[in-house]
Amino acid sequence: MLGKLTWAAIPFNQPIPLVTSIILVIGIVSLLALITIKGWWSYLWNEWITSTDHKRIGVMYMVLGLVMLLRGFADALMMRAQLALAQGNATGFLPPEHYDQIFSAHGTIMIFFVAMPFVIGLMNFAVPLQLGVRDVAFPVLNSVSFWLTASGVLLVNVSLVVGEFAKTGWLVYPPLSELAYSPGVGVDYYLWSLQISGLGTLLTGINFTTTILKMRAPGMSYMRMPVFCWTALASNLLIVAAFPILTATFALLLLDRYCGFHFFTPDLGGNPMMYINLIWCWGHPEVYILILPAFGVFSEVIATFSSKPLFGYHSMVVATMAICVLSFLVWLHHFFTMGASADVNAFFGIMTMVIAVPTGVKVFNWLFTMYGGSIRFTVPIHWALGFMVTFVLGGLSGVLLAVPPADFVLHNSLFLIAHFHNVIIGGVVFGVVAGYTYWFPKAFGFTLDETLGKAVFWCWFFGFYLAFMPLYVLGIMGATRRMQHYADPSWQPYMIVALGGAVLIFIGICLMVVQLWWSIRTREQRRDLTGDPWNGRTLEWGTASPPPSWNYAVEPHVNGIDAFWAVKTKNRELHKVAESRYEAEHQPHYETIHMPKRSATGFISAFFAVFLGFGLIWHIWWLVILGIIACLAVLLRQAWDMDRDQFIDAAELEDFDRRHPGLGAQR
Amino acid sequence: MSAGVNTAVLDAHGRPIPLSERGPASTWSMISFGFWLFLLSDIVIFASLFATYAVLSNATAGGPGGGDIFELKGVFIETCCLLASSFTCGLMLIAARRRQLRQFYLWAVVTWVLGAAFIGLEVTEFSDLVAKGFGPTHSAFLSAFFTLVGTHGCHVSSGLLWLLVMMAQVATLGLRTTVVRRLFCFSLFWHALDLVWIGVFTIVYLGSLHV
Amino acid sequence: MKLRNSITALLGASLAGCSSALLDPHGPIGRQEKLILIDSTVIMLAIVIPVIIATLVFAWWFRAGNPKAKRLLDWDYSGQIEFVVWAIPALVILFLGGIAWISTHDLDPPKPIASNVAPLDIEVVSLDWKWLFIYPDAGIASVNKLVLPVGTPVRFHMTSAGVMNSFFIPQLGSQIYTMAGMATRLNLLVDDPGTYRGLSAQFSGEGFSDMTFEVSALSHQDFEQWLETTRTQGGTLDAAAYAALMRPSAKDPQHTYATVTAGIFDAILVHPGAAPTAAQIEPAVSAD
Repeated sequence: MLGKLTWAAIPFNQPIPLVTSIILVIGIVSLLALITIKGWWSYLWNEWITSTDHKRIGVMYMVLGLVMLLRGFADALMMRAQLALAQGNATGFLPPEHYDQIFSAHGTIMIFFVAMPFVIGLMNFAVPLQLGVRDVAFPVLNSVSFWLTASGVLLVNVSLVVGEFAKTGWLVYPPLSELAYSPGVGVDYYLWSLQISGLGTLLTGINFTTTILKMRAPGMSYMRMPVFCWTALASNLLIVAAFPILTATFALLLLDRYCGFHFFTPDLGGNPMMYINLIWCWGHPEVYILILPAFGVFSEVIATFSSKPLFGYHSMVVATMAICVLSFLVWLHHFFTMGASADVNAFFGIMTMVIAVPTGVKVFNWLFTMYGGSIRFTVPIHWALGFMVTFVLGGLSGVLLAVPPADFVLHNSLFLIAHFHNVIIGGVVFGVVAGYTYWFPKAFGFTLDETLGKAVFWCWFFGFYLAFMPLYVLGIMGATRRMQHYADPSWQPYMIVALGGAVLIFIGICLMVVQLWWSIRTREQRRDLTGDPWNGRTLEWGTASPPPSWNYAVEPHVNGIDAFWAVKTKNRELHKVAESRYEAEHQPHYETIHMPKRSATGFISAFFAVFLGFGLIWHIWWLVILGIIACLAVLLRQAWDMDRDQFIDAAELEDFDRRHPGLGAQR
Repeated sequence: MSAGVNTAVLDAHGRPIPLSERGPASTWSMISFGFWLFLLSDIVIFASLFATYAVLSNATAGGPGGGDIFELKGVFIETCCLLASSFTCGLMLIAARRRQLRQFYLWAVVTWVLGAAFIGLEVTEFSDLVAKGFGPTHSAFLSAFFTLVGTHGCHVSSGLLWLLVMMAQVATLGLRTTVVRRLFCFSLFWHALDLVWIGVFTIVYLGSLHV
Repeated sequence: MKLRNSITALLGASLAGCSSALLDPHGPIGRQEKLILIDSTVIMLAIVIPVIIATLVFAWWFRAGNPKAKRLLDWDYSGQIEFVVWAIPALVILFLGGIAWISTHDLDPPKPIASNVAPLDIEVVSLDWKWLFIYPDAGIASVNKLVLPVGTPVRFHMTSAGVMNSFFIPQLGSQIYTMAGMATRLNLLVDDPGTYRGLSAQFSGEGFSDMTFEVSALSHQDFEQWLETTRTQGGTLDAAAYAALMRPSAKDPQHTYATVTAGIFDAILVHPGAAPTAAQIEPAVSAD
């Protein structure tokens, strides 16, 4: 009746998961109760849950990422604490059974449910605004994408309360992840939550590629797009090309586990090396999916706060697309030690180094953007400078690892861990927080508190170095990854320092939460009335903060790069002649526009997807069938829904603009 | 979405405006482009399965290889059915564009029947193999074969379901623009499956002749 | 040369008193790899340090409050700078690429180590969660302890009983994966007698952290003596003993086998994921 599900699935006899589960359940129930008591359901449903507005969806992605950051980081703290303790005969507080789930969950959550939502959230919020259009190409699909990602998140969190998680590492290599060696539901939780959220991500890739290539303001040719849009394009092209590989590979592993197939089993001809090749064919583009938009954020931030155009725009575009293509040619560097021939290893090692060239070009271009500029040390610039210093160190260790014989002694060591955290934290996390701070006033109408923002930065910056520089050293000392305990006493001091660094980062995360709460409390002091708090260069700064749901009442006409800067420059000149802003060159002409209506399709299909996933994991076949039927029903309902547009008349558009006279918006 | 509001082709001086500068494209353009991207992503899935098949095609674990178990006659008939259905799908779409309802239904049903014949033959082939003890759980090669060909079959089956839905949409909503757009997307999907099948036929079935 | 020495000294000083395994190799493979590590680091630092300094200097000098800085607020392109900016990384990568190509071929794991001494063959099987070392010529085997003669090139042939592992002796050099159904090859040589640490570098499950093994490097005489002693005590590594080994266990005490059924490694190779029966091992012998 309930498949493999029994009461034994709930961790009554394991204190840490039990306490965490109780806290989680109480937390969720309290939240739902609070919303009910305050009567917020109708607001949440109409304005957020069923929203097809890219700005709202972007904000929801960021919230999702932030919540999962807390869980992923809790895992990190536990890992660091365990390793600080478990030397020699000491066993720490996490038996291998748990520790193995924790490091697997840490990696899975951080990549799929923190970094991806953050990056996709930023792209969601900013890209249509920067392109001068009113929404993405497929707004309902956008909502579906978000809610499917949320389904994946929910399933991963359910694994904490009911059942277990994978104990194989974040990429579930076979044969360890095959049924014979992982008979529990852990790997199934992993596979199904990622298949579901992976579909959402793929749809995002299709959505944004179409938007960027087919929907831009008049006059905005490709070479007039903001660089963030170029990096978003590259990232989404990579999503479309790489995520299907993940889907296929996981499907093969699922067939092995559920139907007794032999793709990756050690017996009957299975080939685990095939899995490793396939998964890294996805895996390497994935890290570029994450880092390219972060690069884009830095391009925007450095240019804006240097009050200078980005140096070498053409070069940046070429470098971005070069990285996009090259990212598919390096995957073998993740397993130099698997026994490929010297020719093959050398080829991939060299290709990996080649990718460092366009990356280096970008760094130099940022440097020369600052040169001759007038730099304001705002919080985003702190993150940008921190990135430039930290990321190049990560690049150094990366190029080192790209030399196969060096990798032969460093593969899977703590040196490797230090390297990828170096580039992911120094690159992706720093970029996300910079973008979050940069676009926050646009989203909410007030800036974040600067002092707290700087405190967050310094905690992360010093915390990162404290946490990961010891790991570089430990790797050189011969320490490998995923150890639950170790014998060598000389390693312990480094582990303790690393724990200190993790605690410092944790303080930084807490301060982020405090910063948000405090900034909301004192928001009137930092209201953004002009829509342009940073003296920005791109179109989004010409809209109100927050923009109306339609973004632009009248489509902006674009004549060059940094379109908004050009408008402001022109307006400044015009103001010497004309008094009123409305006497500027273009008299705005308002017409009724149509926008997409809100839609429950995303939420409801994701809702059923959770049950479908849960049923598949626990082998509750009637639930699976019901889930499939329900999803099909939602699809059919969507297909027959012909009433998907709402119309906003000219009067309302004009009224909004009139009520926001301080805008630097072009007309 | 107010896409296509600005459809100016010449600027104030009478010079042609480049396509990239004409503002948001039409809904038709965006939908077909988006659907193409989806098809490309689907083809990447098939590419992964083809690669897996190629690597595992000799991993027979002492059991039979392709040359031992494939019956090319049935496969040839299947292929004819599918290719023919692609042709009739084209006729169906032409009828839709010309708003010719009866022609539309005729060719839609013929396409469906041919597609169903393909699936029927494939299911027979699979069940025969399983009955003989050559099911997908017996070796990596067999797993790869059943998955590659089976995934294509699942796509065709989904297409059949989609076609039924489209016929219902035409019946209830008429041949309005939205519905015709979806038919166009369906036909792209159907033709793409044809292309994949040609790959399958060549690499899997004809390829086994070397063995 | 001086720079490399001073960097080594610096690194060594920071790791003083610790077992800085990769920087303290005891074999030619490890030594060459250490050299590559240091050389590559130095080359990359030559780029990275100026970039970091430039970042901090530019940021500080061109801060908004600096009246002395010359502002170039419209300057966004320079052909010469573009050329240099593409050329420098390209040249560095070209150089490092050359190092990578040559060293990858020189240090290819299956490549035999040139030596006057006759090589020793050792077969390795990674199990859950212990290491089995078979000495086919001597006809003995050892669990969790690898005894090697100093100065002799060792040819490892490795496989796994089930899940993937990675055979790694940090102070001797390269690691390589062990995989069921496949035989990976590695060549190492140990220069100095002593005890070294070996481990698995690929996560393989619950007992992974205990999957360490002791490497004992002995002089030729001591090694021959060890072989003799081992042949006199301990049981036989036959199908039954191997099946017992295949049962998951961690922290297995070191022990040896006085005799080994010939062809057992090949049988393990041909029956991946399973314990070969006695009958399955025998044909492997007669096929020779």
